[in-house]
Amino acid sequence: MTTTSLAAAEVIAPVSRAEAVAAFGDGSGVTVLGGGTILMPELNYGRLRPQRILMLQNAGLSGVARNGTSLTIGAMTTVAELEEAPEPLGTAARNVADHEIRGQATLGGNLCAPAGGATPRGDLQAALIALGAQVKTAGKGGERTEPIEDFLAAGPDERLLLEVQFDEPQRSGYAAAHRPHAHAYTILAVCAAETPAGMRVGLSGAGPSGRRARSVEDALAGGASPEEASQKVLDDAETSDDALASAWYRQRLLPILVQRALDDLGGGK
Amino acid sequence: MKLTVNGEQRDLHSPPLTSLLTALREELDITSPKAGCHQGGCGACTVLVDGEARRSCLLPLAAVDGATITTVEGLGAADDLSPVQAAFDEHYAAQCGFCTSGFIMAATALIERTPKASREDILAGLSGHVCRCTGYIKIVSAVEAAAKGDVHPDKVEPSFEPEEAAVLIPGSPA
Repeated sequence: MTTTSLAAAEVIAPVSRAEAVAAFGDGSGVTVLGGGTILMPELNYGRLRPQRILMLQNAGLSGVARNGTSLTIGAMTTVAELEEAPEPLGTAARNVADHEIRGQATLGGNLCAPAGGATPRGDLQAALIALGAQVKTAGKGGERTEPIEDFLAAGPDERLLLEVQFDEPQRSGYAAAHRPHAHAYTILAVCAAETPAGMRVGLSGAGPSGRRARSVEDALAGGASPEEASQKVLDDAETSDDALASAWYRQRLLPILVQRALDDLGGGK
Repeated sequence: MKLTVNGEQRDLHSPPLTSLLTALREELDITSPKAGCHQGGCGACTVLVDGEARRSCLLPLAAVDGATITTVEGLGAADDLSPVQAAFDEHYAAQCGFCTSGFIMAATALIERTPKASREDILAGLSGHVCRCTGYIKIVSAVEAAAKGDVHPDKVEPSFEPEEAAVLIPGSPA
């Protein structure tokens, strides 16, 4: 990295998806700017001086397309546009930050956000894990589609997120612990969704990025009650101390929230 | 890059990744948007971008090329306040004034999209704005009054002439 001035950064603003994919290439030396809510503070404070910045505002990557019960959501769709999305995604979106931030922040940024210095980010991740979302990305080797939990585990550094697809669940549930201040990230959020493949449970705030609670899912599939199954969740958590809460607190809260999310299961929207 | 700012066409020459906030304040000398936190957390820099309330500190210039920007300077004048401005005056909703511009722009957009905004709508709609003086009650009351149309701009008297401000705070960037 030799660029030291903000003025020296090369700004690339593709006007189509194909142009965006070509400009991203294998991702080396490219910093992707979606809504800007995460990246701009880094630029404003001089913590990041990108060589090349890829601005996706006009790349044709926004919008929600519905085909029967299947939804495909572009990476540049704003969090505000997801407020009325099927549950539990709608609730997760409505709980993000405040009105102005939701109008600017994007789905892609929420999924590609690196863990913050002070707290985990990505409040939509638990919902999309529960929904069994498939993520389409571009990068070295071309386009590929994979389960969202695999994408989150690998990290977004070498992939350009294009869109997310999921089917509306039969039933879904949501439970979260919030800070009273509107702007803070969620301490912990648990989403559950009943899909044709069984109950899926996603966690936000229980690790550096969103994660799937397979231990809970397996227990439920094996006939355990929600109360019994919720106790298994710590097998899938990687809690740590941060600015919002201690690992100790999260470990005690997490099984309770899992049970609440399972108790909250209502009809699909 | 080009912007329409408060009805006027402006050419900007700041680097494309400069925040809209910095460009407005330092290139165009439009100082009602306040530089509070530079990270989207305080709300003081809120302006209207194509009619929507946005944090100007979180928008690179390159992302708003061609947009229409409205700041407090474009709302009203000392003797012709907008309803929200008049309501803030009537309800004494400003103390130090640092957060006021952001609140006024956000409230203006809120009332535009929710004309009959309830107190709950206002609390939720302005939740991204921080005030460290008044304690919010007067601010929310002012916005509530503006939403109801319960404002009396004709009763508002400018407390000082603009020239006086420069004398009070010499060289102030406002």
